[in-house]
Amino acid sequence: MKFNRSMVLVSNDPESLRRGAEEVFENFQRELAAFDLTDEVALSQIAEAGRPDILPMVVVYPEASVYGPVAAVDVKRIVEEHLYKGRAVEDLLAPVKELSGRVSWLKARKGAQPMEKRIVLRRAGRIDPESIEEYIADDGYQALSKVLGGTPMDVINVLEASGLQGRGGAGFPTGRKWRFVAGPKSDKKYVVCNADESEPGTFKDRVILEGDPHSILEALTIAAFTVGADEGFIYVRGEYQLAQRRLEKAILQAREYGLLGKNIMGTPFSFDIHVHSGAGAYVCGEETALLESIEGKRGEPRSRPPYPTTHGLWGKPTLINNVETLANVPPILLNGAEWYRSFGTASSPGTKTYTILGNVNFTGLIEVPMGITLREVINIYGRGMKPGSTFKLAQTGGSSGSIIPASLQDTPMDFESFKKAGVSLGSGALLVCDERTCVVDLAVTLMKFFRSESCGKCTPCRVGTDRALRILTSISEGQAQLEDLDTLLKLADEMELASNCGLGQTAAVPIRDTLKNFRAEVEAHIRLGVCPTGVCPMVPEAVSV
Amino acid sequence: MITVAEEKNLTAIVETAVEKHGAHADAFIPILLEINHEFGYIPAEAIRLARQKLHQPVEHVLVSEGQLYGLASFYHMLSTEKTGRHVVQFCESAPCHVQGGRELWKSIQQSLGLGAGQTDADGRFTLKTVSCLGICGVGPVVLVDDDLYGNVTPDQLAGIFARYE
Repeated sequence: MKFNRSMVLVSNDPESLRRGAEEVFENFQRELAAFDLTDEVALSQIAEAGRPDILPMVVVYPEASVYGPVAAVDVKRIVEEHLYKGRAVEDLLAPVKELSGRVSWLKARKGAQPMEKRIVLRRAGRIDPESIEEYIADDGYQALSKVLGGTPMDVINVLEASGLQGRGGAGFPTGRKWRFVAGPKSDKKYVVCNADESEPGTFKDRVILEGDPHSILEALTIAAFTVGADEGFIYVRGEYQLAQRRLEKAILQAREYGLLGKNIMGTPFSFDIHVHSGAGAYVCGEETALLESIEGKRGEPRSRPPYPTTHGLWGKPTLINNVETLANVPPILLNGAEWYRSFGTASSPGTKTYTILGNVNFTGLIEVPMGITLREVINIYGRGMKPGSTFKLAQTGGSSGSIIPASLQDTPMDFESFKKAGVSLGSGALLVCDERTCVVDLAVTLMKFFRSESCGKCTPCRVGTDRALRILTSISEGQAQLEDLDTLLKLADEMELASNCGLGQTAAVPIRDTLKNFRAEVEAHIRLGVCPTGVCPMVPEAVSV
Repeated sequence: MITVAEEKNLTAIVETAVEKHGAHADAFIPILLEINHEFGYIPAEAIRLARQKLHQPVEHVLVSEGQLYGLASFYHMLSTEKTGRHVVQFCESAPCHVQGGRELWKSIQQSLGLGAGQTDADGRFTLKTVSCLGICGVGPVVLVDDDLYGNVTPDQLAGIFARYE
């Protein structure tokens, strides 16, 4: 390998490209040549690191200085000042905000990635995701090597001790799930990575897959060794084309290195992975619908029990984990359960990724210890509400999460505290809405999503979401009666009790949360015939086809 | 109906897709995705052809035209109806909605003179709504064919649509 004094990484994800990253990269090639630095400075392209506000992003190693957003005209200065003369270009460094309170121990440095604790995102934006060498150089495949020298029980014991919980939304203990699949004897078992990330406002899995694909291959291989599987699938949502290409490429590289395929690392253990593309269906994120989809069927959830742990893909015991859950596995096995428990809270150890969206100054992806509060997320990581706007509510976890009123802003965000408060953390999307947001309009939008994504297999969900949408729409058009609110709550009960899967069950949540926390605002639409925020049309709108 | 020339082409496309992904159940959706990508939709003839190639009782691969049609009509990325030369997809999920999507959607419909699911008379554009595309950091988001546009404002629409003939 050639030795380089410095390394320059330019982001080339779809967002960066749209903002001119191609030209930035070309200018670096030209300027490095002009200063005769081509042999000394390596130039490479990387994925984004979850901060759309600073794209296109340029990272310079070994200092780990982060520049962004970088325009094509800035490149000459970075090359001349930083790489040629050796001093960072202060005014182009990415901004960072100083910390206070309970997260102050997370060190912040100007021009560095801000004050987060990154475990699953630690390589995203830091290594070339298309290079297995860079992954290996950064402790990659170390955990696998350690695991293959021990027994499957060792892995399960460490995972259980670590307290890792599923990061897809449900928070089920990961170690226990692995134990369930490892238990039964079977001629064939499967491991599946659920990368059908479709929850609105959630893109953590995309950034992990695009930025660090090998970590998922390594984790899935460890999972297969632990439960006794020889075949794995990564089910990636159809829209994530770049993630699919990177995974395919990573798989080819891993096979070349003997890290996938027959006799991995010279041991008797053999395992291989297929990337399976989804075709656009939110419901396929439900694990049994996902299995149906791999089997070439419509993505309609199965009745449970039996659970996939005993009757999964093609009826065989199957382990299914979310991308973020899997990405936690190699670092836990490498550093130990105690290390992992040093982050987060006692009942929810580790970190959690959140996507911050809506009416805040910074929107993007962060990874922080479990248990920080919504107020901290908004003020520190979201850099406050947009000028002139005040917090009204936050919607967590995409459509299937909860609506959080201002009174819950100081509740620690971990599985247990949120459960106690009667709300759900979901997938980690945080849609922050200001006082100009109408709760009825928001509920209409959410219900439209559920109606459109309902697979139609069971009646409570298929009919319930449609009726709920009609009533909510009539409220926004000033055509509803007060009795309609009782009907809505009855529909919510029915969908929650009788729906076959989580989609129909959680479709009840926006109705309940809206009427629990914002009933006066909803009633104003009906009693007074006005939308207090002025968002709703309050007259029947032309039916869109 | 499709022309004879298109049909020849169609045979080749279906055959290539089946060859690439194999004739087994977990290849059905990938094969339909490829066909859809080539034509912008899945012609009825393609379903008949694909079924002929895929149905192999000896190999225990059993599939009906109904099952393939069931897939084509279930998944959003597959279409059973002919679309325009360019497909405009607007994200109607909540994160885009509260970041200006509400106003943008009205402007898109006016600008194209189309409602959701409609295709214009000369077959240039089809307008569709779509659920979250996972790039909410730059919402509201519009997807034209494979090109993503983020932070879109109503005044940019004319410029964006002008790029597609």
